[in-house]
Amino acid sequence: MRVCIQHEDFDASQEIAALRGGDGAVGAVVSFIGTVRDRSVSGGPVDTARLELEHYPGMTERAIEAMIAAAYERFPITAARVIHRVGVLQPQDQIVLVVVSSSHRGDAFAACEFLIDYLKTEAPFWKKEYRPDGTAEWVDARVTDDAALERWGLKSGNAR
Amino acid sequence: MQVTVRYFAALREALGSQEAVQVAAGTTLGALRDQLIASDPRHADALRRGRALRCAVNQALADEAVLLADGAEVAFFPPVTGG
Repeated sequence: MRVCIQHEDFDASQEIAALRGGDGAVGAVVSFIGTVRDRSVSGGPVDTARLELEHYPGMTERAIEAMIAAAYERFPITAARVIHRVGVLQPQDQIVLVVVSSSHRGDAFAACEFLIDYLKTEAPFWKKEYRPDGTAEWVDARVTDDAALERWGLKSGNAR
Repeated sequence: MQVTVRYFAALREALGSQEAVQVAAGTTLGALRDQLIASDPRHADALRRGRALRCAVNQALADEAVLLADGAEVAFFPPVTGG
């Protein structure tokens, strides 16, 4: 399975070993791990007590599968895997893992970055931040994430 | 004909998880949004024009010109913030 949406944490080293799968053609494995910050995106003081991640079951998996298919079309990669957590997360928890393998590092780096840029603007997930005082706020989308996707020649308009 | 409309994140909090909506044949996604806006003040506020909002039909991102088929699964949600 190339895409997994789950509540549980993941073990990156296990996922990397599984992705390599004893394939002697693989010369490079690149992974990205996104983690929960303990402060809000606006850069304020330490103030995020916990995070809740909501998603659109079914559409999320389909969307990320399509992104991986697009990565295969653009880059000569040998394997890719995406794990994204949902539910309640604490600061410093792991949220997302993207792992890509290829014969050479350039393609693995590029495909990994392509996938996380794509996921951030087009996969249906939403974060809600809870403060220590009990107030909560949905996180705003960022135009810098749209710009990151545009570097790959793709338009998003997610944050507008 | 009937479509299922689903809401996520802030829109889910305002309007609930999902509802069945009767629409005329030939209704586009944009026309459905207008119909919902006209239905009551809660929908009018949550789905108002000018609010950053994304839409999907049958679990794929779609624009408002898309024609809806009977039984379609439509979704409205805020800009996404995963990763």
